[in-house]
Amino acid sequence: MPQSIGIPTETFPGEKRVATVPDVVQKLLKLGFSVNVQAGAGAAASIADEAYRAAGATIVPDAPSLWSGSDIVFKVRAPSIEEVSLLQEGKTLVSFIWPAQHPDLLQALAAKKATVLAMDSVPRISRAQKLDALSSMANIGGYRAVIEAAHEFGRFFTGQITAAGKVPPAKVFVIGAGVAGLAAIGAARGLGAIVRANDTRAEVADQIRSLGAEFVPVDYVEEGSGGGGYAKVMSEGFLKAQRELFARQAREVDIIITTALIPGRPAPKLITAEMVESMKPGSVIVDMAAEQGGNCALTEPGQVVVKHGVVIIGYTDLPSRLPTQASNLYSTNLYRLSEELCKGKDGRFNVNMDDDVIRGTTVVREGVVTWPPPTPKTSAARAGTVPAKTVATASVPDKQGHGHGGGEPRSATATAAIFAAAALLFALIGLYAPAAFLGHFTVFVLACFVGYMVVWNVTPALHTPLMSVTNAISSIIVIGALVQIAPPAVAPVVAEAPRPDDIIRWLAVVGISLTAVNMVGGFAVTRRMLSMFRK
Amino acid sequence: MSGSLTSVAYIAAIVLFILSLGGLSTPETSRRGNLYGMIGMAVAVLATILGPHVSAGGIAWIAAALVVGGALGLYLAKTVQMTQMPELVAFMHSLVGLVAVVVGYASDIDPTAAAGMSAAEVGIHHVEVYVGVLIGAVTLSGSVIAFCKLSGRIGGKPLLLPARHWLNLGLLLAVIVLGALFLGAPSIDRGMTPLLAMTLLAVLFGVHMVMAIGGADMPVVVSMLNSYSGWAAAATGFMLSNDLLIVTGALVGSSGAILSYIMCRAMNRNFFSVIAGGFGGGDAAVKRTGTAEQPAGEVLAVSAQETAELLKEAGSVIIVPGYGMAVAQAQHTVFEITQYLREQGKTVRFAIHPVAGRMPGHMNVLLAEAKVPYDIVLEMDEINADFPDTAVAMVIGANDIVNPSAQDDPSSPIAGMPVLEVWKAQTSIVMKRSMASGYAGVDNPLFYKDNNRMLFGDAKKTLEAVLAALKSG
Repeated sequence: MPQSIGIPTETFPGEKRVATVPDVVQKLLKLGFSVNVQAGAGAAASIADEAYRAAGATIVPDAPSLWSGSDIVFKVRAPSIEEVSLLQEGKTLVSFIWPAQHPDLLQALAAKKATVLAMDSVPRISRAQKLDALSSMANIGGYRAVIEAAHEFGRFFTGQITAAGKVPPAKVFVIGAGVAGLAAIGAARGLGAIVRANDTRAEVADQIRSLGAEFVPVDYVEEGSGGGGYAKVMSEGFLKAQRELFARQAREVDIIITTALIPGRPAPKLITAEMVESMKPGSVIVDMAAEQGGNCALTEPGQVVVKHGVVIIGYTDLPSRLPTQASNLYSTNLYRLSEELCKGKDGRFNVNMDDDVIRGTTVVREGVVTWPPPTPKTSAARAGTVPAKTVATASVPDKQGHGHGGGEPRSATATAAIFAAAALLFALIGLYAPAAFLGHFTVFVLACFVGYMVVWNVTPALHTPLMSVTNAISSIIVIGALVQIAPPAVAPVVAEAPRPDDIIRWLAVVGISLTAVNMVGGFAVTRRMLSMFRK
Repeated sequence: MSGSLTSVAYIAAIVLFILSLGGLSTPETSRRGNLYGMIGMAVAVLATILGPHVSAGGIAWIAAALVVGGALGLYLAKTVQMTQMPELVAFMHSLVGLVAVVVGYASDIDPTAAAGMSAAEVGIHHVEVYVGVLIGAVTLSGSVIAFCKLSGRIGGKPLLLPARHWLNLGLLLAVIVLGALFLGAPSIDRGMTPLLAMTLLAVLFGVHMVMAIGGADMPVVVSMLNSYSGWAAAATGFMLSNDLLIVTGALVGSSGAILSYIMCRAMNRNFFSVIAGGFGGGDAAVKRTGTAEQPAGEVLAVSAQETAELLKEAGSVIIVPGYGMAVAQAQHTVFEITQYLREQGKTVRFAIHPVAGRMPGHMNVLLAEAKVPYDIVLEMDEINADFPDTAVAMVIGANDIVNPSAQDDPSSPIAGMPVLEVWKAQTSIVMKRSMASGYAGVDNPLFYKDNNRMLFGDAKKTLEAVLAALKSG
């Protein structure tokens, strides 16, 4: 029998997201599920009950009837104690859980003999990217962090020259170039700010640059890549160099956005009180790690505070501040997870613990706590195609192995050999050839060089017209035939035999006709081609 | 017209030809360049006809031959399909080769050609005749085979005779021996036998050389034959002591050689081994390693509808056309899609790999025919860095030129070949008829990447479906 999916209204104060949007309701129906939505669930995300009903969902008046009438519950925030009490025994819950931070919640859910899939525990491997809600939420958070900063900041982001004077662009410093950091870089660049960014993982430097920001490295050599695409804890020497860098940036920039998180630990304190003090008045710090204690020493989670003239934003609900977008992406993540769980499209979840992705996501299975999962087999976040396959870093092709190929200069011996051969050839020609030949030979060699110079300037787009026009020009060979057809009768000196005029003439006529095909055809087709090239 | 006037006219023609090639450096000046070429040719022909080497009796013959040939050429030029350009060019190369042979024979049997020359000059004249006929015959037969291969009259598979390098070497030795016999011949009649025998061998050599080359290496072959046709003209120039022919032949020859070099570099092949004809170790290596490690992973197929969705959501699109687009004649549909997307305010650009298609610049001509503005058609080096900022990269009927193993896998037969980095785009869509591997016989790991989607089917029909889906929604 197909299972029913329930979407309750989020109860956490200020939470505006909803776990499923009408588009995804339709897709879930196609997978065979039935969908119940609590009345008003989408209201905060500007989605009316009507829209859900139109998509094929059943509207349920209140939370108790929803929880009791659904086999599977999709939620955004981890359930509250009341919600856990509403959960029926043996049912399934899909939601953010944060099992490391909420061991009690995990036990309570296990006591309900529930199966719980935690969207925050999706393994960070490439196959699971489509259901990685942390990334999709972090992306929104990064964008929103810039918007919040712009809201508090008293100036333009972009530089302008106006009639009323010159406006310098805002300088933004982003710490941590994960998904959130990169989204923040993109958004700040989009508003016109000068953006710098730092990350302990050297491999993200290119990603930072690709978004138009400057990568500011810490002047200390240590590789900072930990497991699962996160950074790891760094050594003391590194931290000292890092502090110096941040202190220098704090004095220069207008806005700092911090996104540094280390899994299972409090967020690293990167911005000290002194650094905040050194910032210009009116500067803004957005601390995206506020929920995990904050990257800034003066952050107050959930609050906007002003310290030393600097606005410090510690919102912990940045994605929820963009509720429609966040609901859309989150529900798509849930749908992708449903696809993985319901391969048969029969409207039933099959929690297959042999599947790496499902294994990692499942934190409670039929009352048994299965968290933490065994460590994922690879650490590379994006490069690999298959989790089990070791992902080698792209190696530079071995030039030695394939001796030829463009670019690299010839060795000195080879150059010497070529020059020696050319010298020998020229010496032979000089020794034996008559003067008349040498004249032609000079012309020939010079013409080769002229051709070489001219042709290198031809744009590759015109290579086909180049071929057809050179082809037409090479029908200059017609001259050879022309001079043979009927030479004036002045020449005959002492010919050993009479000139076979007829044969030569016919040969020449054939030659002229053939080259005429080439000549006229070549130029005409070139003309036809070139007339097609237009802007 | 006096001899000096003719010479001056020849100099003018030379300058015009150089300007003609120079004009091709940008599309704006290219039309004028072609015009310079035509004027140069007219000047050269008129100066020759009116000059001291042609008497009035020949003018009627010349006019008749020019009209007949010219009419045929004009007809071909007007009716040829742009996708058939490689065939036409190969066909025309064969004509140049044939004319070089004909002129060589005529010069050989003409006793007045060598009249009044010293012994050394006569010897050089004979060498010139011999070399001119040799190059002409190779160009002729090579071009004919290339033409047949390009137009599908002969299959594209390389024909590899056993011990073919020894065969080529044997042919070369025979040509040298015959050359010695020809030079040593006391009379024209006695010299005719070795000359005829050499022509036959040269024809065989040309056939053998091009038969050994596969379909996708055709860009190199076509430009190489272009080069040979130039050298044939230059050799004829030496034979007739005509500087105009020498200069023009050298211009064309070096142009073709540069094109072949560019093509070789784009395929990471050795220039000299190509000029010598036959792809030596390359083919064997392909055969050997073709069955190497197969990339594992999922191939994600999409429908035309989904492709349209992806394109609609994309802000920037790069289209990578290949030979498949030419085969399916899909360039007009591609342009309609481009036009539609551009009207929606999206950035659409084309990325052209130097060896895409069957001759240098083939794709550019096809796109130009479909009225794609040339300023959005970019070369590999210009656009490769832009893929990471691109939402959708659409590959139409191309395979090896977008194969990431050329960069990642040193054991791959195409390792080191520069490729278009479509996999760096957010999403790449590969349009193909099936999962078959490309010419090089290498599996393409691109198809298995997470951000790659496959759109199977005939390029033209599928693209029409994509266009319909774009317009309907």
